[in-house]
Amino acid sequence: MNWLLVVAGAMAGAPLRYLTDRAVQARHDSVFPWGTFAVNVMGSLILGILTAAAPSPLRLLLGTGLCGALTTYSTFSYETLTLAREGARGYAVANAALSVVCGLGAAFAGVALGRVLWG
Amino acid sequence: MSTTRPGTVTDGPPPRTRPPGRRPVARGQGAVVCAVSLGGGAGAAARYGAGLLWPAPAGAFPWTTFLVNVVGCALIGVLLAVIGELAAPHRLLRPFLGTGVLGGFTTFSTYAVDVQRLTADGHVATALAYLAGTLLAALAAVWTAATATRAALLRRSVR
Repeated sequence: MNWLLVVAGAMAGAPLRYLTDRAVQARHDSVFPWGTFAVNVMGSLILGILTAAAPSPLRLLLGTGLCGALTTYSTFSYETLTLAREGARGYAVANAALSVVCGLGAAFAGVALGRVLWG
Repeated sequence: MSTTRPGTVTDGPPPRTRPPGRRPVARGQGAVVCAVSLGGGAGAAARYGAGLLWPAPAGAFPWTTFLVNVVGCALIGVLLAVIGELAAPHRLLRPFLGTGVLGGFTTFSTYAVDVQRLTADGHVATALAYLAGTLLAALAAVWTAATATRAALLRRSVR
């Protein structure tokens, strides 16, 4: 049952990341990977809210499954490498720094928000 | 949402054409979305299984998530270097394995929330080591794997 919850959440989270990335990149004519940045920050916020006190099945479905698959470290690091290789060193550093700072900020904000939400 | 441009008289029905960049992002993407979804489910199951096999004790360095993310970064480096050298890669190969499996396997949200929890519980040094360690190891892994794979493939094609 736990496996089903994780897989079901991930089967929604991964395509949500793909479609969000396409939607964001279609609106920004920039080499900066705003799509991956957006899903990583969004996922960190939601997981923060959930970890505060959500019931266990919800954490597996939406936390481990959905947020885990919505966010990605592999694409984030590959895009950072690509920026560095293509000469956009400043963008590469900015992507790494912004993602970590904003992702962490979102996680802290999420936990605080979750405490309010779950009482 | 109005689709008329500013300055036009709006006494007729709104034009049926959408402005560029406003087409539904999912159009014509059915097969790709399915491949990403299936791959994402498989990748997340592998990550969940790793967490069950090697659970991280509270307050300790989260080695399992660290290794999952670093291994996933090395694998995407290998995968995208191989796909880059293929003459005609299947169009679902990268969505399934890269965006799906490896995207679902690795996670940024657990990383961020783990750092938050370690900090909140007073393990600030562990939190900082994990924060910087994951970032550096992930970037080193993707760079090393991509470079080594490309070099190996190049050597093979020269021979």
